[in-house]
Amino acid sequence: MALLEVTDLKTYFRTDDGVVRAVDGVSFSVDKGQTLGIVGESGSGKSVTCLTIMGLNPKRTAMSSGTAMWKGEDLLTATPKRLREIRGSEIAMIFQDPMTSLNPVHKIGAQLAEAMRLHEDVSKKTARARALELLKAVGIPRAERRLDDYPHQFSGGMRQRVMIAMSLINNPDLLIADEPTTALDVTTQAQILTLIEKLQEEFGSAVIMITHDLGVVAEIADDVVVMYAAEVAEKGGVEQIFKKPHHPYTWGLMGSLPRLDADVERLVQIQGQPPSMLRPPTGCRFHPRCPYVMPICKEVDPALAPVSDDPGHLQSCHLDEETKNREAAKLLAGMMAEAS
Amino acid sequence: MWAFVLFIAVTIVTYVIFYAIPANPARLACGQRATAECIKRAAHYLGTDRPLYVQYGKFFGRLMPVAGLGPNNFSPHFKTPNLGRSFTNRLTVNSVVLNAAPVTASLVFGGAVFWMLIALPVGILSALRPRSLLDRIAMVFVLVGISAHPVWIGLLLAYFLGFKAGVFPITGYCDFINPSGNCGGPVQWAYHLVLPWATFAFLFAALYVRMIRANVMEALGEDYVRTARAKGAPEWLVMRSHVLRNALLPVVTMLGMDIGIALGGAIFTESVFGLPGLGKTAIQAIENFDLPTTQGVVVFATLCIILLTLVVDLLYAWIDPRIRLT
Ligand SMILES: Nc1ncnc2c1ncn2[C@@H]1O[C@H](COP(=O)(O)OP(=O)(O)OP(=O)(O)O)[C@@H](O)[C@H]1O
Ligand SMILES: [Mg+2]
Repeated sequence: MALLEVTDLKTYFRTDDGVVRAVDGVSFSVDKGQTLGIVGESGSGKSVTCLTIMGLNPKRTAMSSGTAMWKGEDLLTATPKRLREIRGSEIAMIFQDPMTSLNPVHKIGAQLAEAMRLHEDVSKKTARARALELLKAVGIPRAERRLDDYPHQFSGGMRQRVMIAMSLINNPDLLIADEPTTALDVTTQAQILTLIEKLQEEFGSAVIMITHDLGVVAEIADDVVVMYAAEVAEKGGVEQIFKKPHHPYTWGLMGSLPRLDADVERLVQIQGQPPSMLRPPTGCRFHPRCPYVMPICKEVDPALAPVSDDPGHLQSCHLDEETKNREAAKLLAGMMAEAS
Repeated sequence: MWAFVLFIAVTIVTYVIFYAIPANPARLACGQRATAECIKRAAHYLGTDRPLYVQYGKFFGRLMPVAGLGPNNFSPHFKTPNLGRSFTNRLTVNSVVLNAAPVTASLVFGGAVFWMLIALPVGILSALRPRSLLDRIAMVFVLVGISAHPVWIGLLLAYFLGFKAGVFPITGYCDFINPSGNCGGPVQWAYHLVLPWATFAFLFAALYVRMIRANVMEALGEDYVRTARAKGAPEWLVMRSHVLRNALLPVVTMLGMDIGIALGGAIFTESVFGLPGLGKTAIQAIENFDLPTTQGVVVFATLCIILLTLVVDLLYAWIDPRIRLT
């Protein structure tokens, strides 16, 4: 049985302008100790998906449906008390912006200890010792002395390490990392990713890594979900997605992977802007931006269907498989040439 | 340092204003049938026959806590700062100010407690339940509070609660500690001040409801509040330790500044309710062209504001680690 099994998850927000469909029928699962990468452009619903699982959406405006089975228990219908027990102890989450995710008026030692004492009946001293242990594990220099520092005394990278330490303090079974490196510079990004990988091995946690960078996914994920406009465009094992991408949107993402020689003409570039989730396009939501658009795409929303030779690899595109294989091969060949 | 400069500037301005007013306190001192002789003697006695800078210099010398710094007589020693004597009744200004100060202090600080007692719960609750009935009522209250003048509110309260209903006394002041005359003690003190407090606090309560509501709403949307929830913190802890702690930080600074501003607002309330405080003293002194008393109140008020600002700065540095003085 999967650790987390999300089925047909939907989250709509009531706003003054109308109903925003932030997540519109997303399914995926995460196994014990595995890493799932969720990729997609800004606004595709990655964060809301995870916040819904955690029960952290604003109650006033959010409406959710579907199921999120956590060890056989549906998180969407769990009581607030039960959710609080799970949050931070079984499922932990770290956020995109380390500069604002820590409370500026509390010492970081206290914030770490709070995370532990919320779930375990331990003394302040024990919690502090554990906090210190974690700070050392995430590579904070002179950790003993930094326990009594405030967040503003840390750099962005160091704060994200503190956040990671805080999320792991209760040995969670699942760590949700929502773009943990987006706000950091390139070297720090690499360090943080390596750190998460290393700690994942040490602690045996499963990880959901949210990102808009396919490069990050290629590096650490076992499985990949590609999200577009609140839906799943394609999902499968990391090998399948990178060797045989089947959705024009995935091609676009791959084509726009940052390269050092920026002069080389892009093979595929995604044109235009992601659609508004107030009034998503009819048919396939990607059709207004798709270079391969056909008449049917504007009418019929393609179902998420398995690729013929691989039931674990699902995609939602009307193109025939022959064209897809050909285009994917062309793209990969181009990328190889570009890389060498 | 800036405090010192401010202090000098404020006192000089008061002097210059008095100089510019075409009224002669010496003539007033001599009464209806003033002879030239009398006026001259009175002017000399009061010191108003000297040039402006000499008057100011004398005033300043009296005020300094150190004396004996003259060039031919150098024997520094400490003394009590002296504000001089009133032009009109020859009482020392020190005693006038010290008698009036507790009244104004009672009004201002009591009023501050009063408005915070209203603003904190209303502001926080309406932030937690935006668009609820409470929130809407609070918004109407804020609108009225901000647009109505304190004198109007004061008269309204005095009329309905004081005069019509007769629940609270309309005028008078009772000492907090020693009974002077017919009333005294904390209960009488508070009883007599309820209406002035309410009047005085109305505007500020309105402003603070609005400010606290906005701050709490903003803090509720902060990332670190989401972090706290993601840790599994129960809602009361999220509120207390993460939301309010941050939302009320700026309120502390504002409170310090507004108590300073409120000193000015006390003038209205004191005249409506006939409280013998600093505001009323100042108004009387100005009407009588009593420069030393006016100046005394100005000096005292300025000192209070400077002191208050200092306390607030220290307090703020103490509760906000980001600006902790090292
Ligand atoms: N509380 C909310 N109320 C209304 N709309 C919301 C709310 N939260 C998110 N949305 C909308 O839902 C959509 C999906 O947002 P989400 O934050 O999940 O995107 P994302 O994929 O995480 O993007 P990013 O890469 O920028 O983090 C967006 O259009 C956003 O405007
Ligand atoms: Mg996001």
